[in-house]
Amino acid sequence: MEAKLAQQVKQGKTPRINRKKGYKQPWMLHFMVLPAAILVFIFSYIPMSGVIMAFQDYKPALGIANSPWVGLKHFQYMWENDYFIQITLNTLFFACSKMVMNLIIPFFFALLLNEVRKMALKRTIQTLVYLPHFLSWVTLSGILIDILAQTGLINQFLSSTFGIKPIFFLGDGNWFRFTVIFSDVWKEFGFNTIIFLAALSGINPSLYEAAEVDGAGRWKQTMYITIPSLIPIAIVVATLALGNVLNANFDQVFNLYSPLIYQQGDIIDTFVYREGLLSGQFSFATAVNLFKSVISLVLIVISYRLAYRFAGYRIF
Amino acid sequence: MYHKTLSYRTFSVINNVFLTVVSILCLLPMYHLLMVSLSSTAPANAGLVTFWPIGFTFEAYTKTFNNVNFLTSLWVSVQRTVIGTGLALVVNTIAAYALSKESRVFRARNIYLWYFVITMLFSGGLIPGYILILKLGLMNSLMALILPGLVAVFNIILLLNFFRTVPKDLEEAAFIDGAGQFRTFFSIYLPISLPVIATVSLFIMVGHWNAYFDGIIYIRDSDKLPLATFMQTIIVQADMSKLDPSAVANLSQRTIRASQIFISALPILLVYPFLQRYFVTGIVVGAVKE
Repeated sequence: MEAKLAQQVKQGKTPRINRKKGYKQPWMLHFMVLPAAILVFIFSYIPMSGVIMAFQDYKPALGIANSPWVGLKHFQYMWENDYFIQITLNTLFFACSKMVMNLIIPFFFALLLNEVRKMALKRTIQTLVYLPHFLSWVTLSGILIDILAQTGLINQFLSSTFGIKPIFFLGDGNWFRFTVIFSDVWKEFGFNTIIFLAALSGINPSLYEAAEVDGAGRWKQTMYITIPSLIPIAIVVATLALGNVLNANFDQVFNLYSPLIYQQGDIIDTFVYREGLLSGQFSFATAVNLFKSVISLVLIVISYRLAYRFAGYRIF
Repeated sequence: MYHKTLSYRTFSVINNVFLTVVSILCLLPMYHLLMVSLSSTAPANAGLVTFWPIGFTFEAYTKTFNNVNFLTSLWVSVQRTVIGTGLALVVNTIAAYALSKESRVFRARNIYLWYFVITMLFSGGLIPGYILILKLGLMNSLMALILPGLVAVFNIILLLNFFRTVPKDLEEAAFIDGAGQFRTFFSIYLPISLPVIATVSLFIMVGHWNAYFDGIIYIRDSDKLPLATFMQTIIVQADMSKLDPSAVANLSQRTIRASQIFISALPILLVYPFLQRYFVTGIVVGAVKE
């Protein structure tokens, strides 16, 4: 560009610059969104229309166009199915426990981390606690299966230190629930801490200075400055989590569970996978999924409204 | 000054020790696995290995790297991650750039945004997605693993929120100098958005590397399985059948399993420390707005 200009100037021509070219190119912006828009249409909107299978007895050979309509049959079957009610309760139990734990523990962890004055130590701790978030549930369940086995590290430690008999962590329903919740917290608490740390770094230092002049110690500063400053962001995190109340983390449960503990461990998503793809009940599985999606959608919309009203949160 | 009081100093020491222990606990399972993988088979199977290898040997690694299935899956995962991340970065960043314009410049902006956001809120679910891939003839192909997740709306929002913090003066200067939208995007926006782009790349890369489920449902041939799926079928599923207490003794492959798990997690362990300094700033800028 510049070389060209210099050349034009040398040749004695008046350089012609197409000023404000970018402003004249709004069509270019459409062009830039286009690839993403097309991909989303194919891979998100077309499957969305596929939910009409839930009202049919879908036969792969007939396709959606020709499969017989059955109305609400699958939904009715779902409600009369005791097992479905059980897995809905399981899902709610897992999701709610994780939500509470994943709010409280990162909150206090961030408070404690905020008290670390040595920057190098603080950064090292942060790096280490975020790490499990990036490992997959396949990897982690490989590890968990190994260390939670009856001859594994944890049981060895428990029996040698406390003389406890080996615990069947992944084979006993109640212990399975505990393991799922605990391991999820272990994996995610570091990552969930980020948002609170960000809020902490945003607190105006002059508040602390003023408190010190007034003679407040660190405990009082925490009680009257730090915690109140974190409450709004905690409310946002809590309300936004509401939309996930029917998501109990498929990856985790799928990689840790086994037929032994279906009663206490099965969740809606794993049920849909087994009924739909393994047993070939396409329509029933889609109906279950549609039920879940609709409830989730309503909850997400409500939670975003609440987050906006109480904390002014918007996603874009 | 509270820093100098005895009670605060005591608290500080206890706090530092406590947090150090917690952070070590986050790493410990991975470390234990590494030690198992470096031990010889007999003590590992007997459960004698805790935090130190017993009978130090690379045998498990030699066996793993002689396993053809493991190597082909590794290669599939590398291809998937490189191609998938590259494509996703191009598609998502240019879309985010356009969507970061104000709606008086780009009138359709809000319509597009809702068009994308709806897909975050509602989806057809597993079965219709599966049938779509089947109908498109993508079954058993690398593209079945890459295309469906190519547009990540969450990442677009992260990027566009960052792009909006770029001073408008820079863009105006570029336009007046005659730059078009693409030129402005590449020469102005990309270079100053490196933190958020690094963050998004990390998310996408980790996502591809760790994804196993699409491999289970879309891939039939064992030489096209990505590593995470291979690991899932070999390690988790195989092990679940051993949950039966009577079969627990039958854990002969413990060291090899440990080495496979470790190798499959290695790329993340290696890439993560370099990108994590970006991702804290990246995600904070994307998530917290005053």
